[in-house]
Amino acid sequence: MQAKEETASSTTRDYLTIMIGDQIFGIPILQVQDVLGEQKVTRVPLAPPAVAGSLNLRGRIVTAIDVRTCLGMPPYDRGSAREMSVVVENQGELYSLLIDRVGDVMSLEAKDYESNPSTLDPLWRNVCQGIYRLKDRLLVVLDIPRLLENLEK
Amino acid sequence: MGRYFYMDDLIGEFLTETNESLAALDLDMVKLEQNPNDKNLISGIFRLMHTVKGTCGFLGLSRLEMVAHRAENVMGRFRDGDLEVTPAYVTLIFESFDRIKEIVAGLEETGEEPQGDDSALIEKLDAVFEGRDGNPSNGTSGADVIPESVANAIDPLQALFDATPVLSPDQFDTIVGVPENDPDDAAMAMEHSAPPASQPAPQAAAAPAKASMAGGDDHTKESALAAQSLRVNVDVLENLMTLVSELVLTRNQLLQILRVQKETEFSGPLQRLNHVVSDLQEGVMKTRMQPIGNAWSKLPRIIRDLSVELNKKIELVMLGQDTELDRQVLDMIKDPLTHMVRNSADHGIEIPADRVKVGKPETGKVLLNAYHEGGHIIIEISDDGKGLPLAKIKDKIIKNGLATPEELAAMSDQAIQQYIFKAGFSTAEQVTSVSGRGVGMDVVRTNIEKIGGSIVLKSVEGKGSTFLIKIPLTLAIVSALIVEAGGERFAIPQLAVRELVLASHKSSVKIETIKGTPFFRLRDQLLPLVSLRDLLGLGGAAKKDGQENSTADSRYIIVTQIGAYQFGIIVDRVFDTEEIVVKPVSRILKDIEIFSGNTILGDGSVIMILDPNGVAKAAGETDVSEASSRVQSDKGNEYKQEKTALLLFNTGDGTPKAVPLSLVARLEEIETEKVESSNGRHMIQYRGQLMPLVPFDSTVNLKSDPTKPVLVFSDNTSTMGLVVNEIVDITEEVVNVQISSSGTGIIGSAIIGGRATDVVDIGHYIRSTDKNWFKNHGDEAYGQQSTQGRRVLLVDDSPFFRNMLTPLLKVAGYNVTTLDNPITALEMRENGEKFDIIVSDIEMPDMDGFEFARKVREENSRWRDIPMVALTSHATQQDIDHGLDVGFSRYIAKFDRDTLLSTLTETLVANESAPPARAGYKHTNGGLQ
Repeated sequence: MQAKEETASSTTRDYLTIMIGDQIFGIPILQVQDVLGEQKVTRVPLAPPAVAGSLNLRGRIVTAIDVRTCLGMPPYDRGSAREMSVVVENQGELYSLLIDRVGDVMSLEAKDYESNPSTLDPLWRNVCQGIYRLKDRLLVVLDIPRLLENLEK
Repeated sequence: MGRYFYMDDLIGEFLTETNESLAALDLDMVKLEQNPNDKNLISGIFRLMHTVKGTCGFLGLSRLEMVAHRAENVMGRFRDGDLEVTPAYVTLIFESFDRIKEIVAGLEETGEEPQGDDSALIEKLDAVFEGRDGNPSNGTSGADVIPESVANAIDPLQALFDATPVLSPDQFDTIVGVPENDPDDAAMAMEHSAPPASQPAPQAAAAPAKASMAGGDDHTKESALAAQSLRVNVDVLENLMTLVSELVLTRNQLLQILRVQKETEFSGPLQRLNHVVSDLQEGVMKTRMQPIGNAWSKLPRIIRDLSVELNKKIELVMLGQDTELDRQVLDMIKDPLTHMVRNSADHGIEIPADRVKVGKPETGKVLLNAYHEGGHIIIEISDDGKGLPLAKIKDKIIKNGLATPEELAAMSDQAIQQYIFKAGFSTAEQVTSVSGRGVGMDVVRTNIEKIGGSIVLKSVEGKGSTFLIKIPLTLAIVSALIVEAGGERFAIPQLAVRELVLASHKSSVKIETIKGTPFFRLRDQLLPLVSLRDLLGLGGAAKKDGQENSTADSRYIIVTQIGAYQFGIIVDRVFDTEEIVVKPVSRILKDIEIFSGNTILGDGSVIMILDPNGVAKAAGETDVSEASSRVQSDKGNEYKQEKTALLLFNTGDGTPKAVPLSLVARLEEIETEKVESSNGRHMIQYRGQLMPLVPFDSTVNLKSDPTKPVLVFSDNTSTMGLVVNEIVDITEEVVNVQISSSGTGIIGSAIIGGRATDVVDIGHYIRSTDKNWFKNHGDEAYGQQSTQGRRVLLVDDSPFFRNMLTPLLKVAGYNVTTLDNPITALEMRENGEKFDIIVSDIEMPDMDGFEFARKVREENSRWRDIPMVALTSHATQQDIDHGLDVGFSRYIAKFDRDTLLSTLTETLVANESAPPARAGYKHTNGGLQ
């Protein structure tokens, strides 16, 4: 499916950009279901540390994942901007990825894409697809299915 | 593309149908073997087999068709009566069924018939068919002539099938697809295909008149049935169920809003919506219900094969096949059940010679029984085999290092038997192909507990074993108690909750600790406790919220029961009970054993559902069933101390009042401003119905406090609330009531907890709310004189009721004999004692009232004609029906003295007018309605 898309819409692909700390990330736009503001999250005791809890999204139970923990980043500083989340679907279940901020949707050229450099943090290499060279900074593409798969172990 | 889809659909349907037919065939063949001359059965089997074959041919499945055809030939000879149904032939037929199943399974997997050689099987079938298998009973003369005509004459349909060329998908398409384009072509196509079919038809039409007559009735019945039901994909139902679940949640949210809003114009329609949703929920749940017989259909075949393999004679008796339960639950218990039935046949039933030696009939019996009991399904699996060998179990326990000989010596037999539920425990000396492979009862237990069920084992060496499995009706929607611990809310399934206790440091009801481990004295028992906060690692959170002080002072203990094992869960707060829809947890969280699911509450928040089994496990009780047997043996001792649980409460006059706890359905707190008056009576909306409220006496003022405690009594369908000032305690005491006729509504006084306490006559209050509650409340005087000196046998395990009823009956002129259990009563029967009437409790240990009645009504029983009256504290219509079935003439509520007296006289009079015939009693339900 994805391969088809690539050829169809020439060489660009659309990403939703998100900010975690100072780093900009991209999530393939087709994987994104929803963008939510701050939500009431129920903690789930004894869950893996990356699971922030569960929340109710229009009658469906969504598991909230703290992406910072997944990426080995320090916990979110509540002092700064409001916490937001991006809802993605994986194998029939909904997950809400807690992130700092949601940015624009960007169409990125395939010529700017590179797969993960070998020097990238191993933890990151495991959950990222590759990197886009933007004008002034580097955008890391998150591999959502793998990120979630890692949590199941 | 469309054509292939079409064919796929066709094959899919064929597979479903064939699988069903095969299951039915298995069952029927076993029946046929036991009943070789049942013509209806044979033609039924023949027809099924024939359908399978016909469809195969139509779809071009040549391998299947060959096998089915040859098996059908043999069946045809059974049907025509010229071949005897012998076990050897049945085995051969089974062999062909198995081959068909094999091919069908391959077909299901790959979409094509698997490769394979059936010639050996076909040769065997042909040999039998043509009468050259060397069996003397199969030597019909002219066997090679007749078959030809039989094969043709079998059925006109058959002939049509044989003659119709097998259509390739292409041809099929032309026939079916053409009419759209050109009607003439279609007609031609039809013509083209018709002639070959029409040729054999006349020849076939003459012969089969006999066959179709035999099957004719069944056919019409079946088609009538088929018209009333339709096949729906399970996914559709599942989807519907999910939607209804969502609807229930939304309804709950709306009701929550309504509760806050109080007066709004929405309340009327919302109530209506509430009812409709409840009905809808019930309706959809019904569609998921399936008779448990579906899970049993394979068992007769299994037992049959086993008995042949093990050289045993085994009879499988199945009762209550129609008992319905949720499809999901059904799937979960299918395998455990099969395993247990196998076990019973393999380990339980002895070989015929051994059975005869110990004086049992040659044929062993395995009984499967399913029935409803209070929101649960009970499945009973029992055999009359050799029972569990205690000595062998003990050896094995010691060998596997599960316990020391000293420990075993201190254990009850039942506790030792429970070890078979441990992992890796198999007592079969030899591993047969059937069982004894180490996958044992532990898996069975785990599977059953996974769906919130429990399993209990009773076994007497030499007599047999009985397993009782208790499982919930459905898994989808449960009633749950919402609690809070460490600032988070959780749901605990109401089924597991026995009672709630508020413990505080200030009062005598407190939590004690031994080296940091909390315990609680629950009446006469030490209750192990677990703190939910500690268990879930939520300790820190509460401190941060500054709740530490308030929660340390008073905390709730949820007394939880799994099987017979009780423990307490300490929580900070308890909210309401709510109907919740259990949703599976996300894959990431599925390894956390302590949660069984999650749900969305009425206020929209997500909460986790606790799994009581998981909590017990996490809290260190590694083996719940072991613990339950421990508790059970404790309970056995408890019965001997003759105590009654009483609810103590206060009213305005200062004298404590008591009522037997077993009569109270629930305790509620009502908001007095919600009490409505109608026709000079108080009532309140309670669980969607109007419940009459009665103040205990004039000293109880309904308007004095914002809330009032209410004791709810319920009887079958009616409820009433008794308003009191304060609920004091629940106590278990030996009660000795001194009858007093002074106060109305009081049975008498007793010393409870060192104080003189009034024991309340609930019947009085119930009658004051509703004159119709009891049909006969004893206003009319029945032939009082005739009761003088009549002998009454009163059987009740509760000393309280014995003490209460004996004087009552004596005053009424009866000659009363009181017993605390039916077993002693039956001994009296053997000793030749005679009574005019028997009054018996229903819920009793060792032997219940139903069993007692059955024994009394047995053939040759000396007491066969003595009328029996059942006494019970909670009567459902089902109980009443059951009671009447086993031989009770009447059913009476325990707290209704007057009806008891009037019923006794009435029954005695009725018995006199029509002495020996039991039909002479009126089968009304003893005044309860």
